[in-house]
Amino acid sequence: MFLYSLKRLLQGIVTVWFIATATFFAMHNVPGDPLLNDRAVSEAIRANLESKYGLDQPLGTQYVIYLRNLVRGDFGISFTQENREVNDIIREHFPVSAILGILAVVFAATGGILLGALTAIYRNRLPDFIIMLLVILGISVPSFVIAAMSQLALVSLNDMIGATILPVAGWGTVLHMLVPALVLGLGTMAYLTRLMRSSMLEVVGSDYIRTAKSKGVPPPRIFTKHQVRNAILPVVTVLGPSIASITTGGFVVELVFAIPGLGRYFVQAVQQLDYTVIMGTTVFYGAFLVFMVILVDVLYGLIDPRVRVEQ
Amino acid sequence: MKSLTSSDFEIISRHQETQSIYRPSLSYWSDAWIRLRANKRAFFSLYLIIGLLVFTILGPVLWSVDPSLQDLDQVSQPPGTSRLATIVNEYEPWSGESDVPGNTLRLAESATTMSVRLKWNALPNAFGYRVYRNIFPIGSELAYGIPLAEFFDNAVLFFEDRLDLKPRRYYYSVVPMDENGSLIGGYQSLAVDPIRVTTLDEAASKGLLASRSDLQIGDSINLSLHPLGTDYLGRDMLARLMEGARVSLFIGIGAPIFFILFGIFYGSVAGFLGGRVDQILMRIADFVVALPFLLFMILFKIAFGIGPGESGIFPMLVALVVLMWPSTARLVRGQILQIREQGYIGASQLLGAKTNYLIFRHMLPNTLGVVLVTITFAIPSAIFIEAFLSFIGMGVAPPTPSWGSMSNEGIKNMLTSPHELILPAILISITVLAFNLLGDGMRDALDARLRNQE
Repeated sequence: MFLYSLKRLLQGIVTVWFIATATFFAMHNVPGDPLLNDRAVSEAIRANLESKYGLDQPLGTQYVIYLRNLVRGDFGISFTQENREVNDIIREHFPVSAILGILAVVFAATGGILLGALTAIYRNRLPDFIIMLLVILGISVPSFVIAAMSQLALVSLNDMIGATILPVAGWGTVLHMLVPALVLGLGTMAYLTRLMRSSMLEVVGSDYIRTAKSKGVPPPRIFTKHQVRNAILPVVTVLGPSIASITTGGFVVELVFAIPGLGRYFVQAVQQLDYTVIMGTTVFYGAFLVFMVILVDVLYGLIDPRVRVEQ
Repeated sequence: MKSLTSSDFEIISRHQETQSIYRPSLSYWSDAWIRLRANKRAFFSLYLIIGLLVFTILGPVLWSVDPSLQDLDQVSQPPGTSRLATIVNEYEPWSGESDVPGNTLRLAESATTMSVRLKWNALPNAFGYRVYRNIFPIGSELAYGIPLAEFFDNAVLFFEDRLDLKPRRYYYSVVPMDENGSLIGGYQSLAVDPIRVTTLDEAASKGLLASRSDLQIGDSINLSLHPLGTDYLGRDMLARLMEGARVSLFIGIGAPIFFILFGIFYGSVAGFLGGRVDQILMRIADFVVALPFLLFMILFKIAFGIGPGESGIFPMLVALVVLMWPSTARLVRGQILQIREQGYIGASQLLGAKTNYLIFRHMLPNTLGVVLVTITFAIPSAIFIEAFLSFIGMGVAPPTPSWGSMSNEGIKNMLTSPHELILPAILISITVLAFNLLGDGMRDALDARLRNQE
């Protein structure tokens, strides 16, 4: 188990190194000039600026400097926002995204597991049909549409009641978080519901459930101890990739709901070609996603003894 | 005892018919087809997809409106609005002299989309006035809307609005100000419904008239037809949706075909050769899988850059292919590894089949079912990715429409003209839904192992 974790960790570090390298060379390939936007840069000022940012060095040297800074955790200074380090931007805005993301994962996981279990138990009856219809909608409607529609719905809801019950946009209180987190988790919830349903259907028809029933175990206990407990395993495996999709989905939700998270800053930086912020946030996000997947995989090994033995 | 000879026996009848169990032989594909036909949802979505393809391919032939043509008389028109316009004289400047008697805020002339002329009476305690316009009622929170003008003179009691008028209801308010320019109470408000007007010259220049002599001032004519309304720049929604369908479906169907072809090649090489080559190839695939997908899509798009006049479709296609092939490669490799051990491959080899024959005759056809299922599921995800990237402004560059970029533009005017968001969103949803349902049906029909799983 320890060896396995170590191996995965090494793989993760190599992946992050590749992400950093790819980001560096991709950004170098961008047409345009980071200093072009500055007003009337004279040759002397330009040379000064270039040497300050190391842009007069050969590409290889720049790459080495970049990697060295990266290892020290220094992502550089923003090109468009005055006096702001990329580190500050990440430190300030990532917690917002993280809270939103954690809430969304919680929504998605609890909702997906519960709904999926329900559909399997009420198979081919009304609750099954209703939930599966919602699931199909959740899978087919893009997140930005759901975000926009729920915002419209909030506007009319507040309008109808005549007071702001749930704020339409912004950040700050728990009330601000509820709807965006729900919207963000919806796609994943739909996916998890489908997965939970199929794995639950397998469990429901298995022998040990029949045994438990014939022994007279009360149905609620069968449901929690035998059915959900066993059906949950495949759902846990996809939680890692789900975190990735929730993180990137956060870009859109943060944009639509005007939430000051890192995703919105990333999209803004991409649109404004803020080189250092793009590089910094890409590497940061990349490392975050890679290690989250590894973490989930390792945790999965702890939950499911079969996986541990195989490795 | 009499011994029996052959003559003692008599043939009653020759009954050679043995009981035969017979049914027409059913190939894998005809079996799959029967299963697919029985699946109503999948078949319905197949019709939907055919309909979408017709909409995409034949649509622009039948509805040949230029998707980038701007109709500035009809901006942000929801579908089904009247397109009548009254013909009026050319615009003449107004100095506020004409008047209708009254003591509240009132119209000096009937309101048109060319101009709205307001008059009001002086208030004794006012030092000036500020004129506002809103598209919503002012309400108790005194939301006046956008300020249009400010007069620091209690004698100027008229205002003419010519700012981007549309045939819809506006709420004008005139708010008195004190000597410091702050608002004081006693505002007057007026709801105005401008009628759409056009002049003869304008109508003629747009080719709406057969001849000028037919029509006189005061007649009404039909402006050009937009069945699904127009967007915020006055472009025809139907034409743009069709053009956008071409872009979205081209990326959505093109990218999966390319990366799946590559994946088949890669996976079959790895699976067939096996050993060290297989290990190296699969390590590379694992590596690409581990990359955060959307981040790299965005990075790709930045690195490629979109020059002026380029649509950005090609870079998106390349990025999708480069990042999405490993799942197919893994799948095909797994299949090939499984098939390689089957008895019929050994038999074929014993009969002297060459490697090429084995691959093309036995291995690839047997992976085809799984691959088809992958394609149907890859299409909706590619459409989603295109929409997502275009939505955050990293996809197809304007003015090229795609459903994602149209939604992106539509979301900005969501409150005032929701159809600009809803129409492309519905099309994305229907397409993704149809391909997902078809994929479910195909999986049930083609992949025996996954049958009956949801």
